[in-house]
Formats: sequence, C-alpha cells, structure tokens
Amino acid sequence: MVFSAKRYSRRGYDVSEELNLRDQGAAMWESWNRPKRVAFAIGVIFLVALLPYAADFSITSVLNTPITSYQSVLVYPVGMFVLMALGLNIVVGKSGMLDLGYVAFFAIGAYTQGILGTKTGLSTWEILPIGTFLAMLSGLLLGLPTLRLRGDYLAIVTLGFGEIVRLVALNSRETGGPNGITGIPNPTPLFGQRFTLDNPKAYFWIVLVMILLVIWMIRRLSVRRPGRAWEAIRQDEDVASLMGVPTLKYKLWSFSIGASIGGAAGVLYASKIMVIAPDMFTLNVSILILACVVFGGMGNIWGVVLGATLLAYLPERIRFITDARQLVFGLTLVVVMNVRPDGLLPRKKREKIAVKDKE
Amino acid sequence: MNFAVLADQFWALTLTGISLGLIYVLVSLGYTMVYGVLRLINFANSEIFMVGTFATVIMSTGVFGYDINSETLHGAKLIFTMLACLIASMLLSGVAAVLVEIVAYRRLRAMGTNRLASLISAIGVSIVMSEGMRILTHSRPRSSPRLLEKWSFGEIAGANFRIDTVLVIVSSLILFFALDRFVSKSRLGKAIRAVSMSEETSKLMGINLNRVISATFLIGGLLTGAAAFFYTTVYEMTKYNVGFNLGLAAFTAAVLGGIGNIRGAFFGGLTLGLIEQFASAILGSQWKAITVFVVLVTVLLFKPNGIFGEAIQQTRV
Repeated sequence: MVFSAKRYSRRGYDVSEELNLRDQGAAMWESWNRPKRVAFAIGVIFLVALLPYAADFSITSVLNTPITSYQSVLVYPVGMFVLMALGLNIVVGKSGMLDLGYVAFFAIGAYTQGILGTKTGLSTWEILPIGTFLAMLSGLLLGLPTLRLRGDYLAIVTLGFGEIVRLVALNSRETGGPNGITGIPNPTPLFGQRFTLDNPKAYFWIVLVMILLVIWMIRRLSVRRPGRAWEAIRQDEDVASLMGVPTLKYKLWSFSIGASIGGAAGVLYASKIMVIAPDMFTLNVSILILACVVFGGMGNIWGVVLGATLLAYLPERIRFITDARQLVFGLTLVVVMNVRPDGLLPRKKREKIAVKDKE
Repeated sequence: MNFAVLADQFWALTLTGISLGLIYVLVSLGYTMVYGVLRLINFANSEIFMVGTFATVIMSTGVFGYDINSETLHGAKLIFTMLACLIASMLLSGVAAVLVEIVAYRRLRAMGTNRLASLISAIGVSIVMSEGMRILTHSRPRSSPRLLEKWSFGEIAGANFRIDTVLVIVSSLILFFALDRFVSKSRLGKAIRAVSMSEETSKLMGINLNRVISATFLIGGLLTGAAAFFYTTVYEMTKYNVGFNLGLAAFTAAVLGGIGNIRGAFFGGLTLGLIEQFASAILGSQWKAITVFVVLVTVLLFKPNGIFGEAIQQTRV
C-alpha cells in the first residue's frame, strides 16, 4: 500500500493516511502517451467483457451468487446500477444538484418499452431512442420550473416527482395498475447474439456498450464548455452566474442528460425482465442509486463505477443471510461513509497543496 | 371527482384533517429543528417515529400487560397508563434521535465533509433501524390494545368530536406552543437559534456546539415520540415501516412551510393534513399523495423557500 504524503484539507482534517488511489491512477494515466492509453483502455474493456465467464473456474467460483445466477446479476443489478449511477452522477456529482427521484426516469423508460413493446410491433432497438427521448423530455419538463430551486427544495420536488410517476403507473389503466405489464418482448437478435432468458451474456455486453458510450460522453462533456459550466455551478452558482455562465441552461442540460441515461437503462431493463410493476420503481431505488454515487466517490467516474458495482453485487452475494441482508447493507453505508466521507475513490482535488517531502 | 362528498362532510373532513395535520406538525418539527441547526435532512427521523410507536406498544403490552382483549381503562388508571406510554415513547424516541446524531452525523461533522456524506450515512442508519425492527418483529404488524374507550363528545355540523381526535388536537397544540416558547425564550432555545443563524459566530460566542446539536436532536426526537404515541392511540397498530410514508408527509409539510422555520412547520403540517383529507374525499385516496406533491411543487414555484421560508441564501449539495 502506498500512502500519499502528509496533507491537510481546508478544515484542518488530516488526510495524510488516506489511500489516494485516484490521484496516483490519474498521474500514471497522464504520463502515458496516446498508443499506450489506447492499448490500456482496449485491454481493460476486453477484460471487463470477459466478466460473464469469470465465475466459471474453480478458484473464482466464490464470485457465484446464490439464488440468481452470476451472469444475470452482472446485468441487473450490477450493469444497470452502474449505468444509472453514471447518469445520476452527472446531476449530483458534476453539477451538485440533489436528485432524489431518479427512479422516475428509469420507470418512464421501462413503461415506454412495456407499452410500446406489447401494443405495437416495434423492437427494443427502435423503442430505445423513443424511451430515451421521453425520459429526456420529462427531465426537461420537470427541470424547467424546478431547477430554480436550490438544494433540499430540489431534493423534495424530485422525490415527489419519483413518487408521482410511480403512483400514476399504479393507478392508470394503460400501465396495468398494480399488476403492471406482462409479456414484454425480448430484444431482437443483434450481431448474432440472441437475447433470451438463458443468455444473460448478451444483455451484459449490450449494457457494457451503453456504459462505455456514457463514460465516453461524460469524459468529452467534462472537458468542454458544459463540463466547465457544471463545475462552476457546483462550486458556487452565484459566482458562476455572475461570470456569465447561463446556469439554468446548463443545469437543464445536466438534468436531461442524466434523465435520458436513466430512461435508456429502463427500456433495456423492461425488455430483459419482461414483466414490470410499479413496485419496482420505489423511492428505495433512487436512494440506492444515490448511495452508489456517494459511496463510490461523487464526481469521479471510476469511483461511481466501483461504488455501483459493489453496492449492486454485495447484496446479491450475501443473499444466503436473507434476513439481515439489508441490515448489513445499511451498516456498510454508515461505516464506509464515516471512514471515507468522500467515497471510496474521491474526485481529484482541484486545489492541491504543494507537497514538499515528495521528491 | 366527487364534490358532493365535500359539501356533505366538509366539517368532518376538516376535523380529521386538523388532527392528522397536527401529528404531521410534531413529526415535521423533528425535521425542521435539525435542519435549522445542521442544514441537513435527518433521514432517520421516520425511523425515530417508528421507535416511538413501538415504545408505546411495548409499554402497554409488555410493561402493563394489556392485550387486545383487555377492557378499556377509566379514571386515574387510564390517565396514568396513557401518560406512562406517552413518556416512554417520547423518551425512547429522544434517546434514539441523540444516538442517530452521534452515529450518523458527529464524526462527519467533525471532519467538515460534504453534506451528501452525512445524508447517506443517515440513510444507512435509517435502513439499519427499520431492518433491525423488521427482523425483530418478523415483518408482522403489531396492534396496540385499546386502552381509551373512543366515546364522542358530540357532533357539530357533522364533525364527530371523538375523544382521541380531541386529545390529539389539544395535546399537540400544547406541545407546539410549549416548544415555540421554549425556543424563543429559554437559554438553550436561544442557543439553538444562534447556531441556526451562524455556526461559526455562535462558537465564538462560547456556545458548546455539540451540546446544542444533541439537544436539538433530543427535542426533535421527543416531539416525534409524542406524535408516535398519538398515532398509535388513533390507529392502534404499528409496523416496522410505519415511519416511511408518515416521514415523507411530515418532511413535505416542513418544506411546504419553509424548512428550518418552526411556525412554518405548524402551518405546513396543518395544510398538508387538510389537503390530504380533502383530496382523498374528492379524488379518491389513491390520488392523495399526487395532489400533495402537485401542491408542493406549485407552492415552491411561487415561494421558492416555502410559505414561511427563511431567506436561505444558498443551500446546495
């Protein structure tokens, strides 16, 4: 283990004992040239793509999850949670708005797939852009009046929106009421892969492609105008606005991009699970995804990926202690937040204090 | 849409709305007091409420040994038992609230970290509490024995003044005004207000921050515990997740009135209780929650800090 040199945070809290994986990783990445980076990225993507086979060997069979098969767990919850946590990270981590109703966009995507998939002949791949667009539109419509609110007021309004979407689904005839929608068609084959119940690998790969696209998009946006605007808004909205950043516009951007990712995840989820019901879209899901973001390290893509993977995988892995599963989950949240309040892999500190004894 | 109901039962609905609203007021005070000093949503408050309901049930069944088939009590015995239950509920909730502060907030506050970390740690504590209770009670609801015979004082304009409704209204009002006086007049109350204005300055003025914050959690917990007792007296049952919906409603009430503002919480709670009653009568109870949130969003659109909102310059993640 390598510890970074002695540093003090702004409030005088000693952070020298913190294992700073994030900064070391970033330093290593920056020291590489382009071919090296590309080779590394391809290697990592290749390894991750092989994950469905990871539990096949006798040594690695500890990865296997009881009750649900390991490969299915990789798709839902792990893959889906990573995808949604990345989407929520744009809203919470990048631009600093607390959204407690993220599940609403997931639900909108899932119900789009549910209704269009059963009522029309459209395939999942045709519904995917529609669901994404509808989620984005709802994010825009919710954001327009509410993004003027700050902090906790925004939190309660988004929370309310999440509940409204669930209750509308519960009480409307078109959405099947409390029974939800059954018989949602699976996606049509793509690149020779059939999307059936006994082939979760195909879903995993398609989720992986979506995750990679989202990561690529976030990384590009982060270094461009929207990313800088979000960073400014997160640090101080008034100052950002004084400096000429159109804050409402970029907050809307952030909100609707986050929403569209949730919607895309919802479409794919409904298509895999084939049955959706309002019970799947409760406030708990929103809180869980927010926990993924904060647990892993707000604002840092890799932290969020790690946090979501752990928080999605662990409850499935410890399903054998069925009764105390959630209890252990809660305890983990408390302990980790108290030990590493910035998350497992925190974002890079902008205002770093020059380290002298690190030659 | 059923407006005939509204004309028929207007006063009955108003009365139940007020009594429900006052329970919301007490719980939302738990949220709003903590928010005032820490600028944080205490997500575990709904679980503190749950602890209070169980304290009431345990007191009447476990300690006094009454069960569902027990006769209702009368006279001094009734008053003594009810008071004992109320105090047990308040104390246990108060202790739970102080423990929540120590476990979920204190260390993080000392480190001066981002607010979301505290939020997640409070959510963690809340999960631990409700799941712990779920395991202890095997997910089964517990019913509370009926100690108070629910006789009626009489009807005025269709509103039935039942003893439990009157009890809730009168005692909540007493508690609320006692709190209001306490916060505006007493030494500790002044300290709490000072901390909610500026943490740094009050520290410089020699206020012991940790003690004031603990006291705030304690007071919030005591009031939430009282609400839990009234809730159990009226609805006569509890469950491990009883706090979830009620906590959500109480938090909405606090925001509606302007979070951090004690009198705002009063009006927020009452408004919410009335809206819920009227909405379920007119639109049907399944649209109750939606109406509440639509009203909330509309109010926030025109008054972004709630009806009686303080002028918070900035509160962000």
